[in-house]
Amino acid sequence: MKTATLMKNSSEFPVLRRLINGKKLVYADNAATMQSPKCVVEAMNKYMTTQHANVHRGIYKLSEDLTEEYENARKVVADFIGAKPCEIVFTKNATESLNIVAMMLKDEVKFKNEVAVTYLEHHSNLVPWQELVKKTNGFLKLIEVNSDGSLANLNEVVNSKTKILATTHASNVLGNILPVKELAKIAHKNGAYYVVDAAQSVPHMKINVKDMDCDFLSFSGHKIGAPGIGVLYGKEELLKKLEPVMYGGNMVRCVDKEDSGWTDIPWKFEAGTPNVMGALGLVAAIKYFDAVGMKKIAAYENELAKLFIDKLKTIENAIVYGNTETGIVSFNLVGIHPHDVAEILDEEGIAIRAGNHCAQVLMKRFGIEGTCRVSFACYNTADEVDKIIAGLQKVNEVFK
Amino acid sequence: MHSLYKEHILDHYKNPRNFGLLKEFDKEFSDSNPLCGDEIKIQVKLSGNKIGAIGFTGRGCAISQASTSMLTEMVVGKTIEDVKKMTNDDVIKLLGVQVTASRIKCALLGWVALKKALYGVEL
Repeated sequence: MKTATLMKNSSEFPVLRRLINGKKLVYADNAATMQSPKCVVEAMNKYMTTQHANVHRGIYKLSEDLTEEYENARKVVADFIGAKPCEIVFTKNATESLNIVAMMLKDEVKFKNEVAVTYLEHHSNLVPWQELVKKTNGFLKLIEVNSDGSLANLNEVVNSKTKILATTHASNVLGNILPVKELAKIAHKNGAYYVVDAAQSVPHMKINVKDMDCDFLSFSGHKIGAPGIGVLYGKEELLKKLEPVMYGGNMVRCVDKEDSGWTDIPWKFEAGTPNVMGALGLVAAIKYFDAVGMKKIAAYENELAKLFIDKLKTIENAIVYGNTETGIVSFNLVGIHPHDVAEILDEEGIAIRAGNHCAQVLMKRFGIEGTCRVSFACYNTADEVDKIIAGLQKVNEVFK
Repeated sequence: MHSLYKEHILDHYKNPRNFGLLKEFDKEFSDSNPLCGDEIKIQVKLSGNKIGAIGFTGRGCAISQASTSMLTEMVVGKTIEDVKKMTNDDVIKLLGVQVTASRIKCALLGWVALKKALYGVEL
């Protein structure tokens, strides 16, 4: 397999120039956080030095211009995922987006109703639903997964009692992609809402919420090279129908001593001053990666993952989990704790993730405590794959 | 090169001292770090006010297992009062290397289990 370098110049990512322990940083923990291109830093710098004000409030140019930019950010995000601007709510992070959906849908789940998730879920798409069914005296059902990460008993779990189906789009551990279009159809056929955790898909592939036909979708900015900001997509008619879950400034129309009325969507879900710098950084990041090409990025990252898996075959105690369709690869060196692997790689300037990846239920399903996870972004190279393999050989040397 | 994985640490990891459970014991505690999956069970047989014998079992990363092994070697024969005076730093010093912030919990897992075994609480 021959893998060319996708980016002509990875120096557009300032952090990648850093030396770690005297070695050039090899950053392969992109599923946790992706590094920012310079244009993101510049956009945020411009905001802090020339645009800083509050939005939606000031009757003066600085605030009015910034409000326009902030609302334009919403449009850029909407266009990026095939939504309408009024369907985009800015949040703190993807976890908050999912919590908000769970709170919004609380009254839709009645006594003994069911919420269905999968064994693949990140804790952020599991724990909020656990808490929801506790409050509503309902049941949480988990769809089992096969060893390749595909869903095993979907049709058994999702039925007419299911009120919400919430799944990841791409597994943050195994890297496989779930058939979200099919899942939406199954959910809707059963009268359930379909919620998608797209934290691992939006930064790495082209997605379209209308084509997917999900009801809600969440992702975060820092996984696409922006700072910490979250996005919640919700279908227009649902956002209109459902009640806000946080209250205060910006989200009200009229306030009386004892009662208040809400403003229009999406603002009724954005109480308080929003993270404007995050939104502007996110716009710069989306424009940057969109220009590189999301389809190209998806293919390239998966190619690097496959190259890495191929080279792992030369390491006899390496075992790979799942069947990745993205840039994510989970593996272990049998007999060595993932944290020891990560620590020794760090000495080589290589950053990978080790542990349970906020997916303890999936770890238990596989009967393991954790895995090492390498996750590639478009700026990683085939040379770096070789460096990681050499690092792993070194780990084995240390523990031989 | 700075490395946690010095020979003596790997030696304790591969050949842990006082490894295994005691036939008789007075104090026992099991502790785990669910985030890492590290587990330690520690048992103490008292001899008067001294630690007469100590044994442990566990699994996890090299740092948690090696530091517990070193700790057991160090505390055998010490009085309970002496052990009470020991600090986290004393235990980390046993490793003889700089422990990064993310690994301190690993390095102290056996120590926390020992204190809970001896005193019922983490002093």
